[in-house]
Amino acid sequence: MSHLKPPVGEEDHVQGPRDARVVLLEYGDFECPYCGEAYPELKAVQQAMGDKLCFVFRHFPLSQAHPHAERAAEFAEAAATIGRFWEMHDLLFENQQALDDRSLTLYADKVGMDGTLIEAALSGEFAARVQRDFRSGVRSGVNGTPSLFVNGERYEGERDADTLVRALMSIGRR
Amino acid sequence: MTNESSSIISVGRAAPDFSLHSTPDQTVSLSQLRGRPVVLVFYPADWSPVCGDQVALYNEMLAEFQSYNAQIVGISVDGAWCHAAFAGDRKLRFPLLSDFEPKGDVARRYGVYREEEGVCDRALFVIDAEGIVRWRYVSPIGINPGADGILDALDKLPHDQGQNS
Repeated sequence: MSHLKPPVGEEDHVQGPRDARVVLLEYGDFECPYCGEAYPELKAVQQAMGDKLCFVFRHFPLSQAHPHAERAAEFAEAAATIGRFWEMHDLLFENQQALDDRSLTLYADKVGMDGTLIEAALSGEFAARVQRDFRSGVRSGVNGTPSLFVNGERYEGERDADTLVRALMSIGRR
Repeated sequence: MTNESSSIISVGRAAPDFSLHSTPDQTVSLSQLRGRPVVLVFYPADWSPVCGDQVALYNEMLAEFQSYNAQIVGISVDGAWCHAAFAGDRKLRFPLLSDFEPKGDVARRYGVYREEEGVCDRALFVIDAEGIVRWRYVSPIGINPGADGILDALDKLPHDQGQNS
């Protein structure tokens, strides 16, 4: 239980070198308040570790609990097709309170998605991609968000930046 | 603790039948569900934060369970009206059964009742289409067990099971 399945691959959205000694993966939901709390902490971790860290994000929208989470994730995937996944990821977490379709369209415009792509995102064209992440999360033992994996193993510690950096640095030295 | 775990119904045994209220005026019995795999989810209480996450997760996975033709049901000692309020609030789309009278009777028969607290353990059972227990797992009470174990167990059921004929 609690191994990452499948491992990080070409299809994943990553920040930092893929061959970094430490790969930190988050299963997250753009409308989840705990993910919102983790967002600045994880940014700080990335800042602190620089290119010693590869950060990966997979979708795990709990759409019954969070009515806008699924659509938001699909917009992030749409943005990924023009190389703007992370800009969208950041915008969504920074605007967790406003994830209705109109707001999503505004963010889409901001990252440079054109009308056709926005239309595709609104019509569910990226749902399967999001669903694939969700399924991989279930298979990896994800039981809520955010769930973090370090080098493929579930991380159960505290999620503040200091604790995380200490934990990741020690793993990186192994 | 050893006492409790030794009494948990074993893999390979017939799952004890039961008939419990799913709403104030409806009941669900295990024997009714014969012919398809059943995922039984015992949990301590409606409204407690971990249960909330656990049922929220399973609620997202109904299509996945459906692909195995499996029916998932939740069981706690909460009353039917409490379940109705909880299910409504969380928009749950699978039945929650009330092990309410006699309290905890079904959980006892499965060996997953916590006498001291008067609630069910956080326990999962996968029962095959013939009503035989094929997998079970008791989670530490405060830890959401997720769903990977359930899916692995459903994967291991014989292929003709869980398929519509």
